[in-house]
Amino acid sequence: MSTAEADPDDIPLFAASRKVYPQSVSGPYRRAKWLILFLCLGIYYLLPFLRWDRGPHLPNQAVLADLANNRFYFFFIEIWPQEVYYFTGLLIMAAFALFLMNAVAGRVWCGYLCPQTVWTDLFLAVERFFEGDRRERMRRDEAPWTIDKLWRKSAKHAVWLVIAWWTGGAWVLYFADAPTLVRELATFTAPISAYVWIAILTFTTYSLAGIMREQVCKFMCPWPRIQAALTDDEALNVTYRYDRGEPRVSVKQAQKLKAQGAPAGDCIDCHQCVAVCPVGIDIREGAQLDCIQCGLCIDACDTVMTKIDRPKRLIAYDTEINVKRRMAGKPPVYRPLRTRTLIYAALILVVGGAMIWQLATRRTADISVLHERAPLFVTLSDGSIRNAYAVRLLNKRPEVRPFALTVDGLPGIRIDAVGVAPTADLRPVVAVDPDSSREVRVLVTVPAGVPLEASQPITITASDLFAGETVHATDHFMARGGKP
Amino acid sequence: MDQHHDVPKIHAAHIDAVTGQATTGHEWDGIRELNTPLPRWWLGIFYATIIWSFGYWIVYPAWPLLTDATRGVFGYATRSDITVQMNELKAQRAALAAGMADATPAQIKADPTLFQIAMAQGKAAFGDNCAACHGVGGAGGKGYPNLNDDDWLWGGSLDAIMQTLRHGVRVAGHDETRVSQMPAFGRDGMLKRDEINAVANHVRELAGLSTEPKANLALGRKLFADNCAACHGPAAKGNQEMGAPNLTDAISLYGMDVASLTETITNSRGGVMPAWGGRLDETTLKALTVYVHSLGGGQ
Ligand code: SF4
Ligand code: SF4
Repeated sequence: MSTAEADPDDIPLFAASRKVYPQSVSGPYRRAKWLILFLCLGIYYLLPFLRWDRGPHLPNQAVLADLANNRFYFFFIEIWPQEVYYFTGLLIMAAFALFLMNAVAGRVWCGYLCPQTVWTDLFLAVERFFEGDRRERMRRDEAPWTIDKLWRKSAKHAVWLVIAWWTGGAWVLYFADAPTLVRELATFTAPISAYVWIAILTFTTYSLAGIMREQVCKFMCPWPRIQAALTDDEALNVTYRYDRGEPRVSVKQAQKLKAQGAPAGDCIDCHQCVAVCPVGIDIREGAQLDCIQCGLCIDACDTVMTKIDRPKRLIAYDTEINVKRRMAGKPPVYRPLRTRTLIYAALILVVGGAMIWQLATRRTADISVLHERAPLFVTLSDGSIRNAYAVRLLNKRPEVRPFALTVDGLPGIRIDAVGVAPTADLRPVVAVDPDSSREVRVLVTVPAGVPLEASQPITITASDLFAGETVHATDHFMARGGKP
Repeated sequence: MDQHHDVPKIHAAHIDAVTGQATTGHEWDGIRELNTPLPRWWLGIFYATIIWSFGYWIVYPAWPLLTDATRGVFGYATRSDITVQMNELKAQRAALAAGMADATPAQIKADPTLFQIAMAQGKAAFGDNCAACHGVGGAGGKGYPNLNDDDWLWGGSLDAIMQTLRHGVRVAGHDETRVSQMPAFGRDGMLKRDEINAVANHVRELAGLSTEPKANLALGRKLFADNCAACHGPAAKGNQEMGAPNLTDAISLYGMDVASLTETITNSRGGVMPAWGGRLDETTLKALTVYVHSLGGGQ
């Protein structure tokens, strides 16, 4: 190999990005992408308006992150701040789902489902509507400014901004009652943070989906690097079947070569696959990090193959192994069920199952107990020993609930709650407001004469007087060991 | 691949054969680093942040001077933000504060909202003013009463606690302060050593504790009736009017061992607590009263 010499001072500080002009294309993958785009964006823009009746005092929005009141609502699920592990679970499942997708079909998430792809696709459609397809856009960008160019460009940016603004607007609707917020936004009475967030998301949507596009996938997103480390030879990737395509020759040339008995590939080097690629790469150079696996080059090449009457899928979702196997005259193998995919699927099921189980057995009451440390225990005038605890009761139901407190674990043990009158059977009854928590100071007393260690376990129980739900918490009862 | 392991020539860059990209000239074990130019947008953002930082210098207080700092064009300061926020908070709490001001400690205790405020405010005030002697949780120590128990020198009702808080204990030159003085029987020569020992043992007998074998309990009993019963009561049950402790319960402020008792009888004791009336406002006093009352022994 040669060693070229160059002046390092000549190396530019930056590289201007080459503008990509993806050409429109039609085919099954393109149709799948449109379908997913409408589904995803439809859900995103309209979901906040879906209502869900939770009874009085509670919001009736199906999906709502109620930050002010520390609640998250998702249809029939209501999540409290101390239940954020549901989100952890969702994130873990999402990670495994990505791994699984990657093991089955490479970077398929990027090509179809990633918000960056979805919005970029939508923005490209707008661009095409105003500025025409690839050639027309390239020609117009070269040409000097005219009124026609000006209005087309302005209209495109205007529509982009509207979509971007709507995207930001939909975002804030997830954090407040949507119809109310829409009215407030329209009358300029909404909280300032709503406008700020809309502005931020308008800006990011506009710049990421409109201006930066594939640059985000290539330079900003960490996922391609991670997936490159995760993928393997058996994952389906958009692959140029070079076994069939090479050597590239024109249709005419191919006829000639074939007549002479010389090899001629199916690729006619028409560059259609390159023209449609939204990241501007040539898939025939082999699997590469920048490819988002959108399959549009497959649609493009299939169109060409149909036209010249050759079999489709010169570019296809395929594996590197199979290309090699075909070259060696062996039949292709597909093994979607591999150790890796099975483990990922099992992990998703385990985490999902655990979450569903947790949800199904979710309690509507909770108790947490904290032993007070100063002092750890007190001797009363009659020689009995008392410990104090901060007991927090949680009521996740939409009505006031009275909880009776009892304590077990030591003979003669008694419980009092400061500021709470006990019932006839000496159980303090603490009323907790709907959908909230209440902390009470609780005094637990053991009469003199009970032999006590320095520390012994006790159980504090709260029972809902009406619904009968009981919750326990264990803690320790402290005393000086032995006699004073 | 080429085998250039020598120092790269100045002003000559190695070009990577595969990518056609210049390298930085650094080489580790035959691996060279590509000198890939940054994307333009990246550089653009970098310069934009530099320009943006000038804005910060101008808008916000930024440059420290000898005794001050530059003020920024809007005179912004976090301190004035805090003042505004504090005033807002005060305005918000005005109604509740008024409720606290008008209510008696008993009324506060009966009202769940006011009770909650009093507990929070009382806890904070206790930490600031009382914890130094009584401990953070009111656990006290030798000579400093434990406020979590049910034994009270001067009474554990809301009114009694408020009275003690307001006027203190044995505050010199303060008319309404809680005051009582146990004689220093030994120091002032009223009792002799062996008499004091007899009384100390008798006090232990009263409390149901063991006594020393050589102790003259009969003498102790007589001396107690003559000298101590006036304040502590004939059965040593104490008297809250006079701040005289109950000597028969399981709690003692200065210790119930013979040595401690001897010291107490010889030199007398008498703890002092400041009068908080005037130092703390009325609302805080009420909040403290309710808080102390709730610590565990309120009567
Ligand atoms: S190479 Fe094909 S699959 Fe990859 S990004 Fe380009 S068009 Fe999409
Ligand atoms: S579209 Fe198909 S035939 Fe045309 S260059 Fe690409 S791979 Fe070859």
